[in-house]
Amino acid sequence: MDLEYKEEEIRFREEVRKFLRENIPAELSERTRKRQHPTKEGTVRWHKILAEKGWIAPGWPVEYGGTGWTQMERHIWSEEYARAYAPGTASFGLGLLAPVLLGFASEEQKRKFLPRIYNAEDWWCQGYSEPGAGSDLAGLRMRADREGEYYIVNGQKTWTTLGQHADWIFCLVRTNSEGSKQTGISFLLIDMKTPGITVRPIHLLDEYPEVNDVFFDNVKVPAENLIGEENKGWTYAKYLLGHERTGIANIGGSKREIKVLKELAKKSQLNGKSLLQDPIFSAKVANVEIELMALEMTALSLVADGAAKKIGPEASILKVKGTEISQAITELLLEAGGPIGLAFDTDYIDGHSDHAVTGDDQAATLASNYFNLRKITIFGGSNEIQRNVISKLVLGL
Amino acid sequence: MDFRLSDEQRQFADSLRRWVEKDYTFENRKKIIYSDTGVSESAYKTLVELGCLALAVPEDSGGLGGSSVDVMIVMKELGRGLVVEPYFATVLGAQFLRQTGGSPLLEDVASGQLKLACAINEKGAGHELFNITTSALAAGDDFVITGEKTVVIHGGQADGYIVTARSSGDQRDKSGISLFYVPASAPGVSTRKYRTFDGQRAADVVFAQVKVPKSGLLGTVGQAWETVDSVADYGVTLLCSEAVGAMEIANSLTLEYLKTRKQFDVPIGTFQVLQHRMADMLIHLEQARSITTLAVVKVETAGAEERRKCVSAAKVRVGQAMKFIGQQAVQMHGGMGMTNEMSISHYFKRLTAIEMTLGSTDHHLSRFIAQPGFATV
Repeated sequence: MDLEYKEEEIRFREEVRKFLRENIPAELSERTRKRQHPTKEGTVRWHKILAEKGWIAPGWPVEYGGTGWTQMERHIWSEEYARAYAPGTASFGLGLLAPVLLGFASEEQKRKFLPRIYNAEDWWCQGYSEPGAGSDLAGLRMRADREGEYYIVNGQKTWTTLGQHADWIFCLVRTNSEGSKQTGISFLLIDMKTPGITVRPIHLLDEYPEVNDVFFDNVKVPAENLIGEENKGWTYAKYLLGHERTGIANIGGSKREIKVLKELAKKSQLNGKSLLQDPIFSAKVANVEIELMALEMTALSLVADGAAKKIGPEASILKVKGTEISQAITELLLEAGGPIGLAFDTDYIDGHSDHAVTGDDQAATLASNYFNLRKITIFGGSNEIQRNVISKLVLGL
Repeated sequence: MDFRLSDEQRQFADSLRRWVEKDYTFENRKKIIYSDTGVSESAYKTLVELGCLALAVPEDSGGLGGSSVDVMIVMKELGRGLVVEPYFATVLGAQFLRQTGGSPLLEDVASGQLKLACAINEKGAGHELFNITTSALAAGDDFVITGEKTVVIHGGQADGYIVTARSSGDQRDKSGISLFYVPASAPGVSTRKYRTFDGQRAADVVFAQVKVPKSGLLGTVGQAWETVDSVADYGVTLLCSEAVGAMEIANSLTLEYLKTRKQFDVPIGTFQVLQHRMADMLIHLEQARSITTLAVVKVETAGAEERRKCVSAAKVRVGQAMKFIGQQAVQMHGGMGMTNEMSISHYFKRLTAIEMTLGSTDHHLSRFIAQPGFATV
């Protein structure tokens, strides 16, 4: 039993910290720190900086541009990434599509798509959910009928995150209606410029059009865009589950946010003391911090020496606890901000103005942050689905 | 970083587990807890033979010089079997001796000749270990201890006591506290023995003008608080380890019950409401296990503030897990969980007892917040 970081890991942390400090464009980290919505341009700009450094796709095999980092180094990287307020990247291609391509695509497909993902030349979005297929994803109905060298695609995808920016969409489509609903699903790549595709933004409760409906009306997709075998798409999609080891727990982000929370609570007043000195509020903060300390140990145990090569249902524990912790912090932040958090200034939140209408920039985004992050216990397999997974795979119920 | 136990540690845990599962069965334990003394001399002898006591004693005092991780392994296995022998009390006492510069008594602890109990609680003091009225007055080269200690775990089964007493200052002062070793046979020592609800034994110990020679003073007069605080933290990590073991079994018993108990013609484990409850019990256990590992390592390696922070965090998180798992295990066993003949109710009782020992969840939450680092961001 040894809970110390190795010397080379400490050096690695210093190296990435230095790189992040010196290379994140100030206006981008500032935007992240202010919790303003990112722009496509900013995201792609930062993505390209990381690509040039060779650090955009740590999880990929080295021959395709991966960093060859250990699991522990990847954990340290994501922690430092959050600490530095680094902006997001064009992550759907990198994190969700690329593993499927690497596992199941033809060499030609890999050569065609992976470099463009790496360099953010294509912005990918995910076409999994449908109006009738959420947690029960295998119930999806969007049809892809083979006609010669093409699939003719008809149907609808929904909750397509940042689909308004996308050049391409990777979809699960139904190619066969016989047998069990899992068996007739295929994995298909579709160019968003193809005639017959309509994107309609969905405004979330924070008024952010973060997701979209995407409609497909007789969309002609070259058959060469099929990944792997027809009707095997469900296997490929499932392969992704558990692919991410500890990123899902958002340990680094929550550590950073607890610090922000304490700073805010120190400035806020209650009964002539700082809110952080209030026994009721401080107890809530402490409970979240302790929960995070425990989860960090769970996450570290999965990336330490001798950890199992393949992560199993632990991913579900990380997802459930990690998202609960993140949400609890957004709730406490909103509480600590006080009544000025009622003001809702979309110009500021969208980054169109430098300062909030109230003059209190920090408080101006606490509500949208709170509302927006309710999604994290719903997406990526809702926390109830995660409990089903634990119950089946670990408990055997 | 490496969370694995060494091969040696795993083998040791295995041999201890085999003994607990074979010889310390629920039926045998029942005989022990309802016996006159409430402990088993032969079971204690086995613990000595397996080296469990020696692990808690440094090598230069005839022990094996085990780490806190080694002792954690013992406590976890004892927790799995709800072992009621005076191991925790003795090891905690030994830690007082170690942290005050060592003592020839440690050899007797390692060899099983000396069982210790820690007389550190007083009536009305709650979980405040510095809240002490028992006095220790200097009388020539000797000290005279007068006062009463309450709920001394295994106080009726011990050969000697580690006693906190006040040499100076007010009742709640952290300065002025001294530590003593007092043999149970010393004139003026008397006990009122009783059971605790978890099948263990405790006693109120009265010190009526007990004369203690200078050699019985542990550490420096009036300056024992830091030691008491630190040894109590060590004790908390032992209890958390025991709790993890007990929760492992509480969970597995409950899971087994879900799979076998039928209602409405199906196993009750097919009901999603119970599946999710069971999944939450698993998550609680994993969180408790993780933070216990942190505390067990830090209690031995970290500076005082970091130690307090991690240990209190562990008692808080384990406390929450113990309450959830204990209560839900009984709930899911239905009426059977309410009976004294089912072992699950005994796990629930032990988990509840641990919550009440060496600081409750709220006590430690408040201590966690009180650390200067909490507000220094």
